[in-house]
Amino acid sequence: MDVTLLKELQQARLDKRQVVLATNLTNGSNNLLYPFENKNKTPILDEARTALNTDKPREIETEDGTLFLNIFNPPLRLFVVGAVHIAQKLAPIAAAAAYDVTVIDPRRSFGSEFRFPGINLDDRWPDEALAELAPDRRSAIVTLTHDAKLDDPALEAALNTDVFYIGALGSNRTNAKRHQRLDKKGFTAGDMERIHGPVGLDIGAQSPAEIAISIMAEMTATLRGKDLP
Amino acid sequence: MNQQLEQADRDDVLANALEWKEAGKSVALATVIQTWGSAPRPTGSQLAVDDSGNMVGSVSGGCVEGAVIQEALALMPEGGHKTLEFGVSNDEAWEVGLACGGKIRVYVEALN
Repeated sequence: MDVTLLKELQQARLDKRQVVLATNLTNGSNNLLYPFENKNKTPILDEARTALNTDKPREIETEDGTLFLNIFNPPLRLFVVGAVHIAQKLAPIAAAAAYDVTVIDPRRSFGSEFRFPGINLDDRWPDEALAELAPDRRSAIVTLTHDAKLDDPALEAALNTDVFYIGALGSNRTNAKRHQRLDKKGFTAGDMERIHGPVGLDIGAQSPAEIAISIMAEMTATLRGKDLP
Repeated sequence: MNQQLEQADRDDVLANALEWKEAGKSVALATVIQTWGSAPRPTGSQLAVDDSGNMVGSVSGGCVEGAVIQEALALMPEGGHKTLEFGVSNDEAWEVGLACGGKIRVYVEALN
C-alpha cells in the first residue's frame, strides 16, 4: 500500500467518515471508497455499502481480479448520562472497547475534567445534548443519575432513536416507577422493553468498577445479538 | 485514566504503521481476508510490523503472528504483497497453525 493512501485512510477515520479500503488481491493495488458520499450505483459501491451497513468486510470478484473490501466505520458511540462514580469507571472501560464516549451531566461538580480526564464532557441537559449529538443505531445510551429529572428526558430522547442499547441504573422498584412515568408520557410496553433496567448483567457486581463491567458486558451481548437468560 | 486511554491508542494499527513509516522504518500490514471455523480474529483484523519486528494489532490469538512477521520482514526489502493461509495445527511442536481448529487467509503487503 502506498503511504499517501494510508495517510488519507487515517485522516478519514479521524474525520469519522465511513470509508472502505479496496485491495486488489491479485495485483496488490489499493484505493479508498466513500460509498455513502458517492451516490453512483456501481456493483463495487453497492458491495461496499453493504459491507459498511453489516459491519463485515467482504471479498468480491471483478474483471480486474479479486477485491477485498475492508471497512472502517466510525467508532460506536456511548452516551453516559450522569457523571457519577460508576461513570468514572464505565467511560474508560468503554473507551478501551473502542467506543467514542461522551458523559452528559449539567451538574458541573460531577462532570468535571478532574473526574473525567480525557473524556468528552457535555454540561447541557440530557435531552438538549442528545438532540444535537444525534445518537443512531451505532450508539448506546446509559442513564446513571438515579434522578428522574435527568434520567427521564434522556430515556425519552433515547426511545425516539434507533440506538442499539438503552440501559438505566436503578432497582426493580425504581425501574417500575420509571415505567409508570414513561407510560403516562405515551410510551408503549414495547418501548419499555428496549430499556435494560436494572442495568447490566447479573454478576453480583458491587463496586462502581464491577457495575461498569456488568453494563459493558450487557451492551456487548446486545451489540453482538447474543440471547441472554 | 489518561494512561488507560493512551493505552487504547497504542493498539491503533494504522496510526502506528503510519508513525513508523514516517520515522523512516520499513513497514508491512497484514489483514485477515477470510476465515473458516472458529478463527480467533474476524475478517478485516489487521497487524502492522516494522523492520525491527515491532508489531501492533493481531490476526489471530497469537498463534500465527510469528509466521506472519517472518513473511512481512521477507517482503520489506523488495515491497509487494503475498497471501498466506494457516490451517488447523497438528500436534507437532513448532508447527505454525491455529490451535483452535480454524483456518484463516492473511494478506500481507509492504507499505511503500
